Order: sequence, then C-alpha cells, then structure tokens
Amino acid sequence: MDFERIFASYNYWIISVLMLVGVYGMMAKRNLLKKLMGMNILQVGVILFYLTFSPKKGGILPVLEESIGPELDAYANPLPQALMLTAIVVGVATTGVALALLIRIHRRHGTLEEDEILEKLR
Amino acid sequence: MIQPAAPLWIIVALFVGALALPLVRRLSARAVLPTALLFSTLAVAASLRTAHLVFALTEAGEGALSHHLGGWPPPWGIELRVDNLSAVMVLLVNLLSWLVLLFSHRGLPERLKSRAHFFYSLYLLFTMGMSGFVMTGDLFNLYVFLEVIALTGYALVAVGDPEAPFAAFRYVIIGTLGAAFYLLGLAYLYGLTGSLNFVDVARQVALLEGPEAQRALLVALAFLVTGFGIKAALFPLHAWLPDAYAYSPNVTTALMGAVGIKMGAYGIFRVLYTLYRVGPAGDYSAVLDLMGWLSALAIIIGSLLAIAQTDLKRMLAYSSVSQIGYVLLGFSLANDDGLTGGVLHMINHAVMKCALFMVTGAIVTRLGHRDIRRFDGLGRHLPFTMAAFGVASLSMVGIPPTAGFFSKWYLVLGAVEGGRWPFVIIILASSLLNAIYFFRILERAFFKERVDPTPTEAWVSKIKPLPGTMLLPVGVATLAILILGLGSFPIVEHVIGPIVRPALGLILP
Repeated sequence: MDFERIFASYNYWIISVLMLVGVYGMMAKRNLLKKLMGMNILQVGVILFYLTFSPKKGGILPVLEESIGPELDAYANPLPQALMLTAIVVGVATTGVALALLIRIHRRHGTLEEDEILEKLR
Repeated sequence: MIQPAAPLWIIVALFVGALALPLVRRLSARAVLPTALLFSTLAVAASLRTAHLVFALTEAGEGALSHHLGGWPPPWGIELRVDNLSAVMVLLVNLLSWLVLLFSHRGLPERLKSRAHFFYSLYLLFTMGMSGFVMTGDLFNLYVFLEVIALTGYALVAVGDPEAPFAAFRYVIIGTLGAAFYLLGLAYLYGLTGSLNFVDVARQVALLEGPEAQRALLVALAFLVTGFGIKAALFPLHAWLPDAYAYSPNVTTALMGAVGIKMGAYGIFRVLYTLYRVGPAGDYSAVLDLMGWLSALAIIIGSLLAIAQTDLKRMLAYSSVSQIGYVLLGFSLANDDGLTGGVLHMINHAVMKCALFMVTGAIVTRLGHRDIRRFDGLGRHLPFTMAAFGVASLSMVGIPPTAGFFSKWYLVLGAVEGGRWPFVIIILASSLLNAIYFFRILERAFFKERVDPTPTEAWVSKIKPLPGTMLLPVGVATLAILILGLGSFPIVEHVIGPIVRPALGLILP
C-alpha cells in the first residue's frame, strides 16, 4: 500500500466518506427527518468535491492584485466557488420544500417513522 | 453574427407570468387563469418562432441556433443552444403545457381553486424549467434548470390527495439523489476539461487520452446516466413514480406524465450523444448494453405491473415506466433507426400520455373515482372522452396508423440492425401486454352493460357531458396522435433525421 499517496489525497477520502454516510442515511434510515439529514450530508460532500478543484499552490484569493497582475497561476479558481454558491442555494430550497412536506406529513399521520406511515396507508 | 432572442423570450414570458400571477390575484381572482394562458400563449409563440428559425438553419446546413446570455461569448458565458432536438422538445413542452392549462379550467380540484394563483405560478415555473433545460448549452445551467423542474415538481405533486405529501417527500429524497449524482458526474467532467459548455466539453472529451482519463470519464458517465436515469424513472430507479403520479392532482399528472420524465431521457441523450459521442462498438458499449437490458426489463416489468393495477392512474403510471423503457432502449442501440425510434417515441409518448391523463381527469370529474372495475358502460355516457381514450390506447399498443406504431416500428428496425434479437422479441411481446391492460378498459367501457342495478338512475343522471374546456384539449391531443402517426415519415425525414445523423457522426459537411 502506498500510504503516502493515500494520505496526500485525504480530501477525497473525507468527501467519499461524507457522501457514503449521506447515501446510507437516505436509504437505510427509517425516519424521514434522518433521510433528509442524509440528503444534506450528501450535498455537502458534492459541494466539497467541487471546492477541491479551486485552490492552487501559492494561490491567493481570486481578487485582482495590482502587484501580481493578471497571472492565472497566482489566484485560486473562483468558478467552483461561484457554482457551489448556487448549489448551496438550491440545497437550501430543497431542504425548505422537504421540511414543509414533513410538517404536512406529521400533521396527517402524527409520526415521521416511514414504517408507521406505510402501515397507516395500507 | 445575428443572435435571435426568441429562445430567451420563452423563458422570460413564463418567468414573468409566474411572478405576475399572485399580483393579478389581488386585482381579480377570475383573471388568474386567463393571465396564465396569456403568458403560456406568448411562450408557445416564442417556441414556434424558435423552432422555425432552427429548422431553417438546419435546412441551410448549419447546426444550431445560439444565444449568448448577457453578451458573453461561449465557452465563458452561458449560451442557449437550440438544435433540432431542443427545438422539438421546447415546442412539445410548451404546446402540451398550454393544452393542459386550458384543461385545468375545470380539471383543477375544488380544494385548490382558492389558491389557484400559487398553483399556476408553480405550473408556469415548471414549464419554464423544462423549456430552459432543453435549450441551455451550459452544463451547470442545466443543473439549475433541473432543480427548478424538480422543486416545482415536488410542490405540484404535494398539493394533491391527502397522501400526496408522503409521496412527494419520497420523490424529494430520490430526486435529489439523482440531481446530486448528476452534479458529481459533472464535477469529474469539469475537473478533466475545465469547461462547462456542452460543445467545448465534448471537444475536449474527444481529445482526452490515457487510461486514467478514460477511467475518470467512465466514472463520470456512470454518475451522469444514473442521475438522469432516476429523473427518467428508468427501472429499477422508478420507485418514486407510481405514488407521485397516483396522488398528484390530475392537472399535474397530465403535464408531468407527458413531458416530466422525458427530461431525464433528454439528459441521457445529451450525455451519450453530445458529450460522449458513443458508438455501438466504442469504449462505452458496456454502459449502453447495461442501459439496453435495464430498459428491456423496464418494458416487461412495467407492463406486468400495469396489468396488476385496478386504479386507472396507477396503471398509467406503471405504463410510463414501461414506455420510458422504449425510449432508452432506442438510445442504447446507438444506430440510425434505433435513435430515430427513441426520439420519435419520446414525442409520441408525451402526446399519448397527455391525452390519457387528461381523459383520466375527465373521468374523475364525472365519476368521482378511477377504479377500472367500475367503468362498465362508461362509453355510452362519455362517448367522446372514451373514444379519445380508445385512440390513445391503440397508439400505446402500437396499431397503425396511430403514432405509437411508427416509433415501435423504428425501434424494431433498429434492434434488428444491431442484431439484438432478444430486444425485438421483447418489443413485440410488450405490445401484447399493452393490449391486455388497455383493451380490458375499452371492453368494459363499450361492451359491458352496467350490471350494478341499485344506483343506476342517480348514476346516469349525474353524468353530464363534459365542459368544452375539457373536451377541446382532449380532442386536440387525440388529433395530434393521428397527425403524428400519419405524418411520421416527413417528421422522421426533416425533423428527427437532423437530430440523429450528427449524433451518430454521420453528418456529411
């Protein structure tokens, strides 16, 4: 095993674990709120994955610096951050819709456990 | 270069309409639907203009119409890139959306009438999302529109029956998983190419070499196809669909069932044939094979589950699972006839399902239920509606000269050409299965007397003829099925040919 290489790419490991935790939560948890939390964790994983493309060695904030000039390698890539800002907004909206639905479900069924709701729907 | 703004106007009209409706409601509740129809009509006009421009460009041998948003040229800015496929899809979305809007005048449940402005606002946003989704030339913009479709779609489902929020929540969870997979696949492509523009990414993907890049491309392809597969309800990722359709309001189902899941199919087409340019013997044939077999399973299992249903809407939902299988089966064949069949079926099935779900809505309005076992003698009371149902059913089964026959014909030709004999058998066998679940309804409606004697009098007097705003859209959709069928050869020649040939790299210039 090439441990050095594995440790060097620690960010990918963290992201993979986050995404797996998220998908596990969405699929295996029987409580609807926990499913929603799994969904959010998955989204955070994807967002971090994009942000991984952003920094550069020795790069600074992507704001034009007079002393450096338009030197591409000197700045971090701002595009993934801009994209993920949009993705975060979308994620917030999705969470909002999902929470509103959970309120409606709880009012009707009095529980958020999927099994109990399915039992009542039979 | 002249940049016609017609594609942008489609999005602007629908978006402004969606924002205007709650304001209009403050002035007059009765003006809500006419206003929605007005903005929808504007969008239809703009899509007709767009389609006209695009078809003229195609005839002249140019590929696509491109509008640079904000004047930033691609690949830096976001572009709206409308080729033949986009033009056909945007036209389909807006025309069907307009029809269903007309239908909704009487088709909307009483419960929603007091808050109709919010419903129509979401409805227009849903249409806007789909219009933007099929026109954009930017991969991240595609994600944003995908989520606009999804978010409005969840809400439109949730306002249905009392059980609808639960179905909608499951749809949220699995739909977001699909969107996250798409975003993840896109991350790989962005990391590999540094670009988000369709044309630019496709050009760079073709240039990438070496085993590591190939592996990354394959992973990206798997995520992208799975993500869109969830949105398209490809078996076995279809679990959200039957509940979401069965509990949503009939107006929602008529639009979502018609074009909603086609968005996933459109996305898969774009990924396979615009970004990756897959061929039948290329590097990605394993992905195509897998998709082909899943589609074949979807066709059979969807049909069998449809036969098992007694609820008309749930039956149509499972039928959608089966029909999307035909579309993706066509895409997986990666040859001329197969793709033609897939794209043609995407159009035909949208019109057929729109007609069928509107008929379902009409039946529910009059009967108050959708239990197939209680449809005996319905043909005598709703002759026009059930005739429309008959035509749409024949088309679903694939009997000439209705539209459904021709798309299946091309699919069979494509399967033969690709040497996929199991698929040929599956397509033919599934027609029989379709016939079982549609003809049993026609038999009940037209050839059975009403046996239940007790409430006959009350029952018959209760059934009034349907209002014109319901019959007209149903009639138009039914007519469209016949026109699409009878005119299928010119459509294939002039509209679908220019989609399929460049997708397979067969274009001459």
